[in-house]
Amino acid sequence: MKSRTTAPLAVLALTAGLTAGLTACSAGEEPLSLAEADALDEQEVTLTVAIDEGLADEAVAAFETRAAEFTEEHPNITVEAQEYTWTGTTFAADLAGGTLPTVFTVPFTDGRGLIEREQIADISALTAELPYADQFNETVAQAGQAADGSQWAIPVAAYGQGIHYNRALFAEAGLDPDDPPATWDEVREAAAAISEKTGETGFGMMTSSNTGGWILTSLAYAMGGRGETNDGKQDIATIDTPEYHDALSYLHDLRWEDDSMGDEFLYDWGTSHADFGAGKIGMLISGGGDYGNLITQNAMNPDDYGVTVLPLEGDDAAALGGGTLAAVDAKASPAEQAAAVQWIDFYYLGKLTTQAGAVADAEAAAAQDQPVGAPVLPVFDKATYDQTQEWIADLINVPLEQFAPYSDGIYDQPLAPEPPSATQDLYATLDPVVQAVLTDEDADIDALLADAEQQVQTLIDRG
Amino acid sequence: MADVVVTSLERPVPPATSQAAPARAPRPGGLAAWARRGGPSTLLIALPMILCFGLFSWFPIARAVVMSVQYTNLVAAPEFVGLENFTYVLSDPLLPVAVRNTLYFAVLALLFGYPVPLLAAVAMSEVRRARGLFAALAYLPVVVPPVVAVLLWKTFYSGADTGVFNTIAGWVGAGPFPWLQDPDWAMPSLVLEATWAAAGGTVIIYLAALTGVPPELYDAAEVDGAGIWRKIWHVTLPQLRPVLFITLILQIIGTSQVFTEPYLFTGGGPANSTTTILLMIYNYAFGGRGDYGAATALSLLLAVVLAILSAIYFRTTKRWSTT
Repeated sequence: MKSRTTAPLAVLALTAGLTAGLTACSAGEEPLSLAEADALDEQEVTLTVAIDEGLADEAVAAFETRAAEFTEEHPNITVEAQEYTWTGTTFAADLAGGTLPTVFTVPFTDGRGLIEREQIADISALTAELPYADQFNETVAQAGQAADGSQWAIPVAAYGQGIHYNRALFAEAGLDPDDPPATWDEVREAAAAISEKTGETGFGMMTSSNTGGWILTSLAYAMGGRGETNDGKQDIATIDTPEYHDALSYLHDLRWEDDSMGDEFLYDWGTSHADFGAGKIGMLISGGGDYGNLITQNAMNPDDYGVTVLPLEGDDAAALGGGTLAAVDAKASPAEQAAAVQWIDFYYLGKLTTQAGAVADAEAAAAQDQPVGAPVLPVFDKATYDQTQEWIADLINVPLEQFAPYSDGIYDQPLAPEPPSATQDLYATLDPVVQAVLTDEDADIDALLADAEQQVQTLIDRG
Repeated sequence: MADVVVTSLERPVPPATSQAAPARAPRPGGLAAWARRGGPSTLLIALPMILCFGLFSWFPIARAVVMSVQYTNLVAAPEFVGLENFTYVLSDPLLPVAVRNTLYFAVLALLFGYPVPLLAAVAMSEVRRARGLFAALAYLPVVVPPVVAVLLWKTFYSGADTGVFNTIAGWVGAGPFPWLQDPDWAMPSLVLEATWAAAGGTVIIYLAALTGVPPELYDAAEVDGAGIWRKIWHVTLPQLRPVLFITLILQIIGTSQVFTEPYLFTGGGPANSTTTILLMIYNYAFGGRGDYGAATALSLLLAVVLAILSAIYFRTTKRWSTT
């Protein structure tokens, strides 16, 4: 009978060997010391960097121009672009599977969790060496910091939530595109008018891939709520609150009383922006820095674009802030980490900190008819931001006057960071809540919020 | 190869008609005897298969078992947490919803997806001309990549008046219907597409099985005065019984693992009305949290339940089966 057991034993041995081997491969690297980083400056490195998915040829050409300039400055580094756009449902798979580029971007939402779980490289020693390391806007910098304040990920863009609107649909509905709604009641009236007069969706709402919770939370913040509070010991989910209730009731009324939200209630970020770019949505709440995506990836007519701030109503109302962090693969070698920080410094931050960088970036984009100068929130301070806009003033090709309702108001609005613990879980838990309200007229908002709060607290406690 | 043939000839072959094999005489043991009987060459021939299965099937299963008792994000060192992942998963309020939705999908898929291919195959087998054409047409949806098919149907399912299906419904004065936008409509809409997509493969299996039915049985039934329905009931179905059992168990296992349709059509919505067990597993692992421990724990629970169901099914239907 031995012949029958030999093969299974061999398989078991093989399996055990492979398990041990792969487990060994997953062990993390030690953080890079400064001395080591200096020694690596001249080492030959091939660096895989992220480039947005689905860019127009002109945008790709602009990127390649910048990459060539970088290689000229750093001849020892070979830059290889890899298409990548952060998506909530695929990011974790890419991260675990090791298929991310060495330098990639993540939303502020993910920064803290990735750092706590040590899923990105600790580049804090390298970032501390950057000449502007201590000049980041404090609130913005926190998104990429570990509990001890070390900067594991570098903020490269920041935004406050805004209402994007379609000026052509506004005009068609008899609304003034230069005077967008300033209160939630006015938003509701405008949505109803667009829906009635144009037949398109008056107010589009994302509900899938964690975006439903994100936008509901934006509404709740603008009405004075917060997704979490801290009792001095731990973060507590605060979802079953009057503000979240008001936000959901508001959506319920738009959907069931006004019928101004169209026929699609499973929008995620990509599909909602595609439909907004195609002129099928009158108003859409999203990050204030989406203009580039709408024009370069969703072929929106720039003349139709408008954006304004969220109306803030109620005590402690604030615009939900967010942004983008540049991070480095946890399995990157020390030489790759050093090259990665140089790339982040050149490509993402050079245009925000130096005249040469700002002008080179703007020229590359302008040469390819890509948007230049769209207003965003400052990663550093307002003065630095204004300075960069001045440097590239001659190259700005976006219709700044169409941004005025947003850019005139956003710098005066109080910005509040996203809920700090289990942020994506909180948003994911609220997705079905929003969907329930939009697809069931009799949805029990109180019960939905009570259940959601309990579930989010469980996830916060699970760590 | 010669060794293998000789070895197989040396082995006692039980009589084909006997149900219980006679007790075998103990063989001389040891590696030498194993080598003499052609063990190394057998192992050599089987090695590529063993390696492939080991690497791509058994290793992931073994890894999943290990991960189900760990807290791991596949980057940092894993931490042993005992049965905590299992208790967490079993206490998740979404689990009963996902189980209910999966059963609902399975029942709907059985109601639509099981009889439709059978009826189509029987009807095709009755056609004398162009049977091949009908079979090819039935099989065509299987050739379409699942993701393409789902995205195509997603466009058809548009809830607007101008959506393809709503336009068709409008021709007869019905609709517009919220195909994917209403918790009550979403799951049947998913099943409709899944049935369309999968029926072709089953039709081909049934058609092949039908060619194995001896024609004299139909002749005898006709002589006895049986009509088409009686022939189907008394000849076709009993003759197809083994294949029907197999396709039924495959269908149950397949529908219990439904993922593509809810993931691509609705992402589990609206309001979790299409969240299935597999989608829940996916969301644990890849929904942002990277909770691979919970994902593998629920995967193992599902595998155990399906294994038990399969065993019970085969046991209770053994007396009906001819295989």
